Amino acid sequence: MPAHDVLIIGAGLAGQRAALAAAESGATVAILSKVHPVRSHSVAAAGGINAAMNPQDDWRSHAFDTVKGSDYLGDQDAIEIMTSEAPDEIIHLEHIGVTFHRDDTGHLDLRAFGGASMKRTAYVADITGQAILHVLYEQLMKHSATVDRYEEWFNTSLLRDDSGRCVGCVARDIRTGEMRTFVAKTVILATGGVGQAFKPTTNGLICTGDGMSLAYRAGARLMDMEMIQYHPTTLVANGFLITEGARGEGAHLLNADGERFMQTDAPNKMELASRDVVSRAGQKEINAGRGIGPHKDGVFLDVTVVPRNRILESLREIVNLGRDFAGIDITREPIPVRPGQHYTMGGVKTDVNGETDVPGLYAAGEVACVSVHGGNRLGANSLLDTLIFGRRAGQHAAAVAGEMRMPEVSEAQLRDDERRIRRIVDRPRTGRRISAIKDELGTTLNQYCAVFRDEEGMTKAHDIVLRLQEEARSAYIDDKGTVFNQDVLGALELGFMLDCAEAITLSALERKESRGAHSRTDFPDRDDENWLFHLTVQQDGEGAEAPGEVGRAPITFTQWQPMERTY
Amino acid sequence: MATTEKPTTEAAEALPRDYTLRLRRFDPESGEAPYWEEFVVHLEPHRSVLEGILQAKGDTDGSIGIRCSCRAAICGSCGTRINGRPGLACNTHLESALERSKDGTITVEPMGNMPVIKDLIVDMDAVHWKKQRRVTPWLLPQEPMPEKEHVVPREAMVDVTQAMACIQCGACVSDCLSMEVDPLFIGPAALAKAYRFVGDPRDAKHEERLEDLANDPHGIYDCTHCFKCIEACPKGVAPMNQIMRLRRIASQDHDIVDKNDGSRHEHAIVDHVRKWGTLNEAQLIPDSKGGKLHPKTAQELMGSLPVVATALLRRKVTPRTALIHHKTPNQDQIRRIYDEVGAREERVELNLYVTQADEEETPAESPRTQDQQLGETGSPRPQASTADAIPETES
Repeated sequence: MPAHDVLIIGAGLAGQRAALAAAESGATVAILSKVHPVRSHSVAAAGGINAAMNPQDDWRSHAFDTVKGSDYLGDQDAIEIMTSEAPDEIIHLEHIGVTFHRDDTGHLDLRAFGGASMKRTAYVADITGQAILHVLYEQLMKHSATVDRYEEWFNTSLLRDDSGRCVGCVARDIRTGEMRTFVAKTVILATGGVGQAFKPTTNGLICTGDGMSLAYRAGARLMDMEMIQYHPTTLVANGFLITEGARGEGAHLLNADGERFMQTDAPNKMELASRDVVSRAGQKEINAGRGIGPHKDGVFLDVTVVPRNRILESLREIVNLGRDFAGIDITREPIPVRPGQHYTMGGVKTDVNGETDVPGLYAAGEVACVSVHGGNRLGANSLLDTLIFGRRAGQHAAAVAGEMRMPEVSEAQLRDDERRIRRIVDRPRTGRRISAIKDELGTTLNQYCAVFRDEEGMTKAHDIVLRLQEEARSAYIDDKGTVFNQDVLGALELGFMLDCAEAITLSALERKESRGAHSRTDFPDRDDENWLFHLTVQQDGEGAEAPGEVGRAPITFTQWQPMERTY
Repeated sequence: MATTEKPTTEAAEALPRDYTLRLRRFDPESGEAPYWEEFVVHLEPHRSVLEGILQAKGDTDGSIGIRCSCRAAICGSCGTRINGRPGLACNTHLESALERSKDGTITVEPMGNMPVIKDLIVDMDAVHWKKQRRVTPWLLPQEPMPEKEHVVPREAMVDVTQAMACIQCGACVSDCLSMEVDPLFIGPAALAKAYRFVGDPRDAKHEERLEDLANDPHGIYDCTHCFKCIEACPKGVAPMNQIMRLRRIASQDHDIVDKNDGSRHEHAIVDHVRKWGTLNEAQLIPDSKGGKLHPKTAQELMGSLPVVATALLRRKVTPRTALIHHKTPNQDQIRRIYDEVGAREERVELNLYVTQADEEETPAESPRTQDQQLGETGSPRPQASTADAIPETES
């Protein structure tokens, strides 16, 4: 059985950065991913990455913007670490090959982004995530002697020893169906978010909350799960992301009357207010009947005000998206957009080194909740989060592993997982189809846990989630084979998503105020007196069917006390 | 670009209808040969072929194998052949795929030049990624590293963005004709990746990289200039253009004369056209091999004798046309093109991000300042004619 000092599950930006950092610290490393690393969803991050690089800028300004963006739910110690370490991380990326765009003097160029008090977003056209992800993968290829890659391996469970320490995982080779036990001194989860529990979503089909669910089932707490980001500009046609970079370059949002409606809610920052603010404003226009299109279900994002050559140079991807998926030339016509599910601020609760409640288990990136994003993530802070906390988790895990002996593990969990998979394959064709349950889950959460929420809707959503959990236990699949049996993996992913969905509805019902992305029509105001803390969800008891229990965790304040939040 | 037909706005509003997908199925565990299977899906015309396949998979047969994730042409997972042409299933519309089909069904097969694992899933590791690793695909920077970022020309970074835009989908590898003939050919995707470093001023090993790729018999001179990869690429990377740039930089900037005589052959062709307007077949071998007296010339000529004999027998050439080459009548004009291009101080490279699409043609649509724009806003700009598609690649 493969044995490593540090085992990383997930190979997006957080996972790859963790792997490289751990290897650099002298650890033996394995990185395991259910898709080839360059297919990871970090590839879709478009607009850029924030860092106070400009000599006139200061990381404290970046930190404050992030705190304010989080609606004071973010942990300020973690935010200080992320923002103060950001410039060096950007320089590191530049040194290993990222092709950041330059200004006319040949230095890094920076673009404007939402919720930021100055231009501090480094970028590669509008393919920043792709450009960084591919460069990190170049480095993984370069360091193949010290980092073992397990590409297209699906993680089925985490291993724990008798003391409760995480000592590895069980995974299935998707190409052959072979199951293997991976033993490790430390394990880092870097599996991304759970956007696929919503329909539509900007997230890829692989974003099914695997790591959140695995950690939850291993006893870790999930935190801030009620905080779901709706991105203000997703294509009406199919929910695809139109980068905030477009507004950073100067694009306007218009309602059916041609008004720049951001004037009402954010007269100073206009289109570049925080995402939760802009999404609410857009949704309000639609709800008030001022939406555009035949169904009045969107607003216009007008990029034509940006010079055409600048669009072609720096927003090429959305030129293609507009042409291929909406049939419009965005350099000449406004784009029909609406708010759409984009990011999970919540995740596995970690400290600033990525350590979770479970000894030996780390988490970094969207799967984790440090919490640097709190109630609302600023655009271009997610890439930064993955890299800073991916690196810190990799370094810390390597250091801890250096002091340890390789754990001894049995194959008992592997045999359990094999039996579990066999039982799914053998289910009679009497229950519902996996795709039908997934569809109902997605439309339910998108209806009741979206931009605006209330008690009645969320209760309905919670009840549906519990019913779907029951139905998922008998849902059947068609594929009986072992080679690339994506059907059986889909059944496991559905289970992951339903765990996360339960945590989302539980936390959202609990928080009886409006903060950040959690905007309740029945409790429309922020209530610092009663709700200035994180909500956590932990499994109450052992076993996959144990229900979740909501708890509280304090917010760390350093230098910024809550203030009224205006843009 | 094969797959980016512009759907009309009406199509986006159109109602769902039936589409028949004809999928190439292969189950490696069955012991059976690959076969075709048809699925009828019900979707709006602007939905993608991938959405069609996922509907068939979700509603009818969960065992259909296809890699996919982002659905938005950025993760590069769903490279397939649709109606015989390579591309991404996610950015091919059902309606435009139907228009291209021969018999009213949309056929989807796995990509070519790579072994099939199951259904539409091919073994990218065995071919694509192996070739990527061949080109030392990481930056080899100057030492010592600067304290801050490298200061490099703005244009240089924008330039390599085109190669950086490659999503490693394998569509170009799928249909590379050279690779079909020579499976060892490094190929379009990996050579585009090589350009990403050769074009990057921060890389310290340009010459070593080019020496390596020029002297490899399966390297940059193994490309036959067929344009297939440019047509296949869903991201406008234009791999063949990047290969040609590698050749120009190798021979013009670094004077690399490769042992396969690829560079001499290319120069010989250029000189012939300058001199005569067409290729002088009798002279081409000596010129490509280092002159009439070069031992390689004799060797190559001996080797070519059977071809020459066949050509004579079939009257493709006569002894007279073979030995005395004619100039084309308007040779002066050809020379003038050469002089004009040769007099330019800089080589003009065609790059999507640098030269951009063609500039505005109609004054009415010329770029306006933001202020002018703001003044007029109040209503969204009138929609431009949908006929003005955005030009995709330079060619």
